[in-house]
Amino acid sequence: MNEWFQSVLQWMKDWWTDFQADFVLNFIDDNRWKYLLDGLQNTLVVTFFALIIGVFFGFLIAIVRVTCDKTGKLRFLNALCRLYLTVIRGTPVVVQLMILYFVILAPLGISKVVIACLAFGFNSAAYVAEIFRSGIMSIDGGQMEAGRSLGLSYSMTMIKIILPQAVKNVLPALGNEFIVLLKETSVAGYIALRDLTKAGDLIRSRTYSAFLPLIAVALIYLVLVIGLEKLFKAMERRLSRSDRR
Amino acid sequence: MIDVKNLVKSFGDLVVLDGITETIEKGEKVVIIGPSGSGKSTFLRCLNLLETPTGGEIWFEGEQINAPKVNVDRLRQKMGMVFQHFNLFPHLTILQNITLAPVTLKLQSKEEAEKNARRLLERIGLSDKADAYPAMLSGGQKQRVAIVRALAMNPDVMLFDEPTSALDPEMVGEVLQLMRDLAEDGMTMVVVTHEMGFAREVATRVLFMDGGKILEQGTPEEIFNAPRHKRTRDFLSMIL
Repeated sequence: MNEWFQSVLQWMKDWWTDFQADFVLNFIDDNRWKYLLDGLQNTLVVTFFALIIGVFFGFLIAIVRVTCDKTGKLRFLNALCRLYLTVIRGTPVVVQLMILYFVILAPLGISKVVIACLAFGFNSAAYVAEIFRSGIMSIDGGQMEAGRSLGLSYSMTMIKIILPQAVKNVLPALGNEFIVLLKETSVAGYIALRDLTKAGDLIRSRTYSAFLPLIAVALIYLVLVIGLEKLFKAMERRLSRSDRR
Repeated sequence: MIDVKNLVKSFGDLVVLDGITETIEKGEKVVIIGPSGSGKSTFLRCLNLLETPTGGEIWFEGEQINAPKVNVDRLRQKMGMVFQHFNLFPHLTILQNITLAPVTLKLQSKEEAEKNARRLLERIGLSDKADAYPAMLSGGQKQRVAIVRALAMNPDVMLFDEPTSALDPEMVGEVLQLMRDLAEDGMTMVVVTHEMGFAREVATRVLFMDGGKILEQGTPEEIFNAPRHKRTRDFLSMIL
């Protein structure tokens, strides 16, 4: 019994020594932790601006689509938006990213970070548009009628009555899209942008040790996503005041 | 006040309103009855253009309202509408529900509108609900709030589209009482309803609609006690 215990203890000691050496090799030597830090920064910058682009254009597209459905106006714009959704949702984001980089923008000397922001932003816009559209359509038609019957215009009813309820309804789906977007930026390595994933991979290629760099990268993504989840939960709580009975 | 000339409304091949000509004078309380599918709700919804007429003319306060380039929003401010399903704004408090339109349209300042709203809430005995949300109210309370929300715009005419049809029976009374009070105050009212007691008591005129036409009209006594048309007699014998 005692012997068995000793061997386990020895194994744990060895593991700990290995772990320490591995840790130093992967993160401390040559200041390799800086790769992760720079990668994290790039990932956050790309996600943040892609998110803003996605929400802004997604919102516009949703408004065009809904307005055309409900009033029959903006037909040309609506057709354009539908084409956009089909193309963007019909092709992989990483292919869009590479086309934007290698074919369109890199020859102009535009930086990789900017290109990544644009590619992920305009990709996300297509998904956000459908999320917003489903939210607007989920609002009972009586709400628009009630607003209009009080003398409010279509756009005023939209802004004051429909959109606040629609946004509240789609908050979970929107949170989901943001999480997907954050993790999707991990393919930015395809245009040799050093994002978080690429940084982990870079360390692995220098140290020939895969476990720690990749686990570290995974943990950082996990922490970021948990933060996003918490943020959205807090927003949902704030907006649920009117649900109390 | 409202002049309807040869009003036609069809959805595709289905003709819902088949040439209606009718005049509603200021101060009248017109109750529209008829079987479901007779077009009475569509007629009411055409009056403030929630439905766009297919043909004919609607005149309101000396202006043709279904002509091109008419500012629909401006005329709707003068026509209050009450819906079967209340359609309160669930994300706003009761007070905000009432003040939203007057404040957004800059007809009243926020303070003015709130004062006015509180006065209206006091009138219907719901002052304590000013900061509650619609989800916390009973059906009858919701409909009474919906009525004062329309009143807050100081309309010249009130349109009621089956205002008690979605209510539990014990809540019908409070809504009808408020409508009775409104009638006594001299409000011009057009009411689509199945409440024959209300029609008998409050209406100055009852219209019986069937098949997209006004088949017969008259005072409540004439319609309820001596209906001329067989169709009217059949309908009344079914529901009375």
